[in-house]
Parts: sequence; structure tokens; C-alpha cells
Amino acid sequence: MPSAIKGDSIFYRLSFTSAILIFLVLIGIILSLIDGGWLALSEFGPGFVFRNVWDPVNSEFGAASAIYGTLVSSLIAIVIAIPVGLGTAVFLAELAPDWISRPVSMAIELLAAVPSIIYGMWGLFVFAPWFSEGFQFWALENLVGLPLIGHWFDGPPIGIGLLTAGIILSFMILPIITALTRDALKTIPNVVREAAYGVGATPYEVITRVLLPSIKNAAVGAGILGLGRALGETMAVAFVIGGANRIETSLFMPASSISSTIAQQFNEATNEMHISALISLGLVLFVLTFIVMGAARLLLRKR
Amino acid sequence: MPVRKLKNYAFMGFCTFCALFGLMVLASVLYSLIGKGISGMGLHVFTELTPGPGSHGGLKNAIVGSLILTALGILIAAPLGVLAGTWLSESDKSSKIAEALRFLNGMLMSAPSILVGLFVYKVVVVTTGSFSGWAGAIALAILALPIIVSTTEEMLRLVPTTLKEAGSGLGAPRWRVITQLCYRAAGPGIVTGILLSVARITGETAPLLFTALNSNFMSTDLDKPMANLPVTIYQYAMSPFESWNELAWAGALLITVFILIINILSTALPRWIKARKAAK
Repeated sequence: MPSAIKGDSIFYRLSFTSAILIFLVLIGIILSLIDGGWLALSEFGPGFVFRNVWDPVNSEFGAASAIYGTLVSSLIAIVIAIPVGLGTAVFLAELAPDWISRPVSMAIELLAAVPSIIYGMWGLFVFAPWFSEGFQFWALENLVGLPLIGHWFDGPPIGIGLLTAGIILSFMILPIITALTRDALKTIPNVVREAAYGVGATPYEVITRVLLPSIKNAAVGAGILGLGRALGETMAVAFVIGGANRIETSLFMPASSISSTIAQQFNEATNEMHISALISLGLVLFVLTFIVMGAARLLLRKR
Repeated sequence: MPVRKLKNYAFMGFCTFCALFGLMVLASVLYSLIGKGISGMGLHVFTELTPGPGSHGGLKNAIVGSLILTALGILIAAPLGVLAGTWLSESDKSSKIAEALRFLNGMLMSAPSILVGLFVYKVVVVTTGSFSGWAGAIALAILALPIIVSTTEEMLRLVPTTLKEAGSGLGAPRWRVITQLCYRAAGPGIVTGILLSVARITGETAPLLFTALNSNFMSTDLDKPMANLPVTIYQYAMSPFESWNELAWAGALLITVFILIINILSTALPRWIKARKAAK
């Protein structure tokens, strides 16, 4: 039946071409970032990554402040989201009865469906004023004097800034971390729990010494996946980080991340060097997320 | 042993607190979204165009634009994604190319969406010389593609081999087995994947900033900048005008309700189809 064979080969080619498209798009993204950022990269060299200037007026650019903002805000996000996410996952999978766990799980998944721009608005209009009057004033009175960490809180209590961005990011990645670790906990067979309780262990001991170690890979993978999301998140950060391209030791000061800098400045950038510098920032972000997400995928695959 | 018990209670308390904390954040987000969104809501939101600085108006052009961009994005991504997913599911599991493509698909899924915006800006906007609805739709399509690819592959892999063997046994060529048997069996799952990708791209803002841009006019011309809800929300929320802020909240409520409905549909639809099949 030659017609059937012809149909098969057409279908195969169509589907294979579509599959190759994934590769082409990804290569296209990399090439367009390199091409678009070439002007800035060749002007400032590999040192672009470490240069701490961002001066569109004099066409002097360096990525250090944006990278700093991205890394610090993402770090704050996972420092909050990993323990809270783990705790929630344990509560849902191990402690709560089904009639609580089911609706709460659904509610947490609902958090994941809310688009990031809404977290940004909520952060700016609801969280920031509350945070400024509550925590920031308190911190200025009580934490600034502390050794080592005191200067983190030495800044204007304006509600927005690096710390606020990190906290909003942590709310955004919380559902992912919770869902992945809860699912991993659910895959552990019940006999393991029964055996552990059988020797007289408390829930705390069963969970921290038996269950959590056995899902270590999945939990670490979930954390890294959350970190990857936080690194690339744009809108939630653009609202609350303040948009200042400086490196400050205080977490209360306005700052900027890679993605928020691109989002806020791209359409206003008029000279070519500025546009190119912004696209080079995109390339830096791509490399950062590629490393982090690659690591997460490797960890999540090995069960 | 009181120390062990104490530790245990502290731990259980911590976990419960964490769950409550997550719920509190959700409640606060929903509370402000509904509270502030409803007060800005009204018929004018759907019938009037986006206003100039400080004046009153609605979101009609942004709503229409968003619907067009999302629909077009899905129309581009769905056939390509389903075909690519089919190729992956039909390929040998240990095939190196398939494995590499699966990995790249994962990378594309987690690539920051703003980079997709930059890519489409370089390829479409710079080439054609203007921001356009097409550019926006292509950016959204790229974001939807990997989700559709991976759900399609998963769903097709769940189709029992016996079904395919039965089809092939009747002398049907492979493409007929796939399109007429496998797609039918995996259909509800594939539709779920497409719906999930709709939910994902509806709220995307960053990739539209440099592709579709925004517009204060009613336009369905895909060669021109196109109004859309996310960018309008961003611009209006960041503005100092009270009336614009109100519209931003109304738009945010609209988008969230839409996404929730799509999410509910995506879980309810396969069940509903199954129930109907069982009733037959």
C-alpha cells in the first residue's frame, strides 16, 4: 500500500519538524541574546558581569548591581519558602486528616495559578504599606543595633526594596515547593511509616529521620526549581523592588533585579548601547537559570 | 519522655503554622483582589476604551486584545505542540534525539518569560519594524508550546499498546492509528494540557511588554500594537492616578477569575467526558 506509506512518512516528517522546533526556538533565544547583547559585551568585555555601574546617560553599563539584586532577592525567597513549603507539605501529607488536607491542598494550588502581576500589585498596594508600618519600623528600632546583621535593616522604612521583593517572591514559589514535596511524601509506602511508628517513634522522629531523608532528592530538586522560578520572575519583582541600580548593604533600600531592569527600561532605552546592555543582562539571566534548572532536573529525575 | 514529646509538639505546631501562613497569604491576596476589583468593576469596564491619564474609562480594547492574543497564541502552539508531543511519544524511549528534545522542552518551559519577549522582539519586532499583535501572539505561543508538548507526550504514552496493536492488526497505517485511535483515547488529557497552557499565558505580562506593547485604541489589526490586559494592568497599577489604579484592580480580578474558570474546566472536562462515555 504505497499511499499508506506515503501518509506515514508525511505524518512522521510533520511531527518530527514540530519536535525540532523546540530546539530551534531555544537556540534562537540564545543566539538572539548573544547577537543583541554583542555591542555591550564587546565594549565592556567579560568584566561586564562584575562592573558596578549603570549609567544610561553616559552609556556606561555593568551587570553587577542587577545580578546582586537577583541573587539576593532569590536567596531571601528560598530561605523563607523552603522551610515553610516543607512544613506545609508535611502538614498536608502526614499530619492533617483528609478533610482538611484536600481543600487546603486545592487552596495552595490556587495560589500557584494566580498570575505574577497580581502578586506584584498586592505586594505594592497591600503588603508594602503593612510591612513598612509593622516590621520595618520595629526593625529600625530593635534590629539595627545588632552586630553583623544590623546594617541589613538600616534604611528608610518605605515598604518597597530588596527584602520586600524577596518576600513576595517567596510567596510565589511557595506553592511549587509545597506541591512537589507533598507529592514525594505521598509516594512513600505506608509500611515504612508503620514500621517506624511500630518501634515507638514520635511523628517528629518518623518524619525527620525516616520520611524526609528518603525524599531528599525530590525536596532539594523542588527547592532548586523554586530558585529557578525566583531568578527569572519579572512582574512581581518589578512592582516592589524600587528600581535603583545600586548595590546597598541594607535590604530596605530600593534595588533592581535583572528581569525588572529589562522590564522597566527596555521601552525607554533609546541609544543602542543601552538596549544592548539590557539584552546582555538577559543573556546573564539565561545562563543563571539554565544552570539552576539543569541541576533541578537532574536531581528530580534520579529518584 | 517529655523532651521527645515537646519536640514533637513544637514540630507539629511549626508545620501547622506553615500551612496557616500559606492560607493567610492566599486569603489576603484574594481579599484585596475581590474587594478592590469589585469596587472598580461595572458595565463601563466592558463597554468603554482605556482612558487617558487620570480620566475614567473601561478596559474593552484590552479585553478584546487579550482574547485575540491568547486565542491566536494557542492556535499557533496547539497543533505544533500536539505533533511534537506525538513524535516524542512515538520515539524510542532511549533515543538520544528524543531524550535531548525532552530536556530542551523542559528548559524552554522554565526559561524566564521575559527572555521569550526579548527573543520575539529581536526576531519579529526588529525585522518587521513595529510592535504588533502578531509578535505578542508568537511570544505567547512559545510559552504555551512546551506545556502542550509535555502533556501530549504523557497522555499518548498512557494509551494502551493493545489499542495500537488492534488498529495495526486491522491493516491501518500508523498515522491513522495515531490520529484516529490514539488522539481519541488521549483527547481529554491533551485538551487539559491545552487549557492549562491557556491559563498560563493569559496572565503573562513580561513577554508582551516588548512585543504587542499596548494601545489605547480599539484595534483588531494584528500588524499594529495591540491593547492587552496584563500590560494595561501593569501600566495603570504603577500610575499615580486613582482611577487608573481602580481599573487595574478590576482587570486583575477579571484575569484571575478567567484563569480560575479555565483551571476548573481543565480538571472537570476530562471527568465529564469519561462520565459521558461510561453512560453510553
